[in-house]
Amino acid sequence: MRTAEPVLRRLSEQVRAAAAAALPLDIQGGGTKTFYGEAPRGEALAMTSLQGISSYEPSELVVTARAGTRLAELETVLAQRGQCLPFEPPRFATGGTLGGMVASGLSGPARASTGALRDYVLGVSLLNARGELLHFGGQVEKNVAGYDVSRLLAGSWGILGVICEVSLKVLPCPPAAATLRFDCDQARALAQLQAWSAQSLPLRASAWYREQLYLRLAGAAAAVHSACERLGGERLTPETAAAWWDSLRDHRHEFFQLSASELAAGECLWRLSLPPTAATLGLPGPQLIEWGGAQRWLRTHTDAAVVRTAAAAVGGHATLVRAADKAAGAFTRPSEAVMRVHRRLKLAFDPAGIFNPGRLYADL
Amino acid sequence: MNAVIAAPPPADAAPAPVLDYSPEFVAARRAEVVAALAAVLPKSAILSRHEDTVPYECDGLTAYRALPLVVVIPETEAQVAGVLKICSERKIPIVPRGAGTGLSGGALPHPLGVSLSLAKFNKILEIDALSCTAIVECGVRNLAISDAAAPLGLYYAPDPSSQIACTIGGNVAENSGGVHCLKYGLTLHNVRRVRGLTAEGERIEFGSAALDAPGLDLLAVVVGSEGMLAVTTEVTVKLTPKPPLARCIMASFADVESAGAAVANVIASGIIPAGLELMDKPMTEVAEAFVHAGYDLSAAAILLCESDGTEAEVAEEIERMTQVLEASGASRIEVSRDEAQRLKFWSGRKNAFPASGGISPDYMCMDSTIPRKRLAEMLRSIEEMAVKYDLRCVNVFHAGDGNLHPLILFDANDREQMRRCELFGAEILEQSVRLGGTVTGEHGVGVEKLNSMCVQFSPGERALFFAVKQAFDPDHILNPGKVIPSLQRCAEYGKMHVHHGLLPFPDLPRF
Repeated sequence: MRTAEPVLRRLSEQVRAAAAAALPLDIQGGGTKTFYGEAPRGEALAMTSLQGISSYEPSELVVTARAGTRLAELETVLAQRGQCLPFEPPRFATGGTLGGMVASGLSGPARASTGALRDYVLGVSLLNARGELLHFGGQVEKNVAGYDVSRLLAGSWGILGVICEVSLKVLPCPPAAATLRFDCDQARALAQLQAWSAQSLPLRASAWYREQLYLRLAGAAAAVHSACERLGGERLTPETAAAWWDSLRDHRHEFFQLSASELAAGECLWRLSLPPTAATLGLPGPQLIEWGGAQRWLRTHTDAAVVRTAAAAVGGHATLVRAADKAAGAFTRPSEAVMRVHRRLKLAFDPAGIFNPGRLYADL
Repeated sequence: MNAVIAAPPPADAAPAPVLDYSPEFVAARRAEVVAALAAVLPKSAILSRHEDTVPYECDGLTAYRALPLVVVIPETEAQVAGVLKICSERKIPIVPRGAGTGLSGGALPHPLGVSLSLAKFNKILEIDALSCTAIVECGVRNLAISDAAAPLGLYYAPDPSSQIACTIGGNVAENSGGVHCLKYGLTLHNVRRVRGLTAEGERIEFGSAALDAPGLDLLAVVVGSEGMLAVTTEVTVKLTPKPPLARCIMASFADVESAGAAVANVIASGIIPAGLELMDKPMTEVAEAFVHAGYDLSAAAILLCESDGTEAEVAEEIERMTQVLEASGASRIEVSRDEAQRLKFWSGRKNAFPASGGISPDYMCMDSTIPRKRLAEMLRSIEEMAVKYDLRCVNVFHAGDGNLHPLILFDANDREQMRRCELFGAEILEQSVRLGGTVTGEHGVGVEKLNSMCVQFSPGERALFFAVKQAFDPDHILNPGKVIPSLQRCAEYGKMHVHHGLLPFPDLPRF
């Protein structure tokens, strides 16, 4: 990938002009995650024209593609070779891009067993405020040359620069899968999930909602078969199972849909990231639990400070995902020592303060 | 192993107090630093006499040595914070140190700096079977975590060869891998939270007890930062259920090309083996003589290919892998019958380094990574280089993830051999970058691969690395001079290259 390419040159020129004028840029992919985080501001920097899979060799377990490449296209190409993005990135809507996926750093239902998006990032090409293209990481899995800047960019919400190309580790799709459903309350579900997590079981994903626990097993056919026999429960058809997990992954499940009137009435959708062993939180409102208890979605009218305090009390943090008013801040603020590093990193990567300012924290 | 090369001068952006090396200056500076440290440490925790500090003059890369000004061995986090505050106020370089097993000189002392031994932070604080995590102090040995978790049926997956001795703090610094990281990931993938201290001595945490932390993912940068961004004191690691069974296939190949192709074929068939290692013929011979593992000495290369899981899973994978290896032209295939035989298969691989030490006064272990498909090509290049530099080289590869450990055999007491060895190593790294790889897969840059970083990264990229360093450690006191080469250094290295390996002033020690 070279800056001489017309698309990249145009992006580079727009970035340099913005830097010269100190005007903020809103780095835009498919616009499917605009609702997440703090509100974007600034002039649009359209990434969707920077398209295409640059290289993909299934035996290397690595795919490299440009930031504007549609996530759907990438997943189709991988599926044709029996491979996948094991962290199951949320799509929320059609049209999402690879760059947006990496910048948001979000992972889906399988995260607790397969690892997060950032674990699969191998390399990133980044456009800086001077319009230079910098390469970090690479196309190999084991790489400790220099600081791991490419993984720092995962989940950076674009505040450090423009992600132009990404290399990701991919994995073979598991040869077999099955989804089991059990009736049980929240406390029992959490205890059961913890007990299972310490055993050699092919656990891939878990979810609890409305007194029902869903368990996805995936791996070698023999392992899935014997786990199903051992665990019991009701086995879902493959179609029902796929629809269920996709509805969680993409937030199409009714739990995640807050109507305009519900939002106006002050109801909010929270994402609580907690130690999986945290006991049931006594917060008002329905919950949907994933990641073996480590990710808990909450719909509530409760004050933001109450939610954040409850999460912090058990060693976690809370993100205000959907709300009519995000004055309380979308993301929890880290400690002052960590925040100081954030400010210095932002200044180092983006001295003019033009890249997605305020998208992660209002003052960053 | 002996080594003769002189200590390298501290490189680069260290905020250098006047770097005067006269013995009088060093002695005066030492007295001053010892006096300052006495305010926060008991006398017994400060080593400054030559006979006390000399054991710290190198890490696992013994060819590079420097006597530290002072060694401190604090016992509490408050003491570490005190040391850092003093050093930060006085701009004294600090070199954190675990077990000193690192292979790239990352813990090489600074001649005007304090070596911070974290050996006393050796307690396992908590093992939680419910969350499958352990909280351990930074000086706990890698294998000690697995030993402590074993009664619960759990273990800590990353298993660098030095796991008997190396510490988790060092693993965090290097993002260590091991033979099983193809399936179970590197240190980064198995660490949830790092607690430590900033260069200024302030407490800081990266990651959390949850699966992520708010804000930028600083944990991802701190892991693998070679002690240059913060001092790790405590780590929360993820524990993995111990697979009930593991079996290993040993496959022989008549040429390295088919062995390399077999590696790609196994991965392409949709299997991620628990381990996939390659040894070339010279390595096999050395290892066999050392441990008598029963290796096929007629093979040009052998592959060790492991499956773990339940009995049914392992049976299924072993059958599929055997088919792929046969189809790829394996000349002999043996599957471990029991645990004793499996360990025997691995014994030679695990002892590759000491076995090589037994046949040569010294060896230099390289650590680059290349795309898997280039393995055979790389082996051929190394064979040619061995002729060119007139040195022997034996090869062990973490073939599954393309991570190479060529061991160049030499005698460090022979300066001419040492020089050729360094050029040989540098050429391997350059060839790795050329083939689409990286100069270090798991051992780190340290001081050893500073020059090679000039080959892999542009000035703009290196400037950004410095900026990252600066964001964490504004005064550049943590392990200064490691990992990121200065512009000047790269310019000089570039000039040396014009001469195609014919260095000006060949007698000058270089690092």
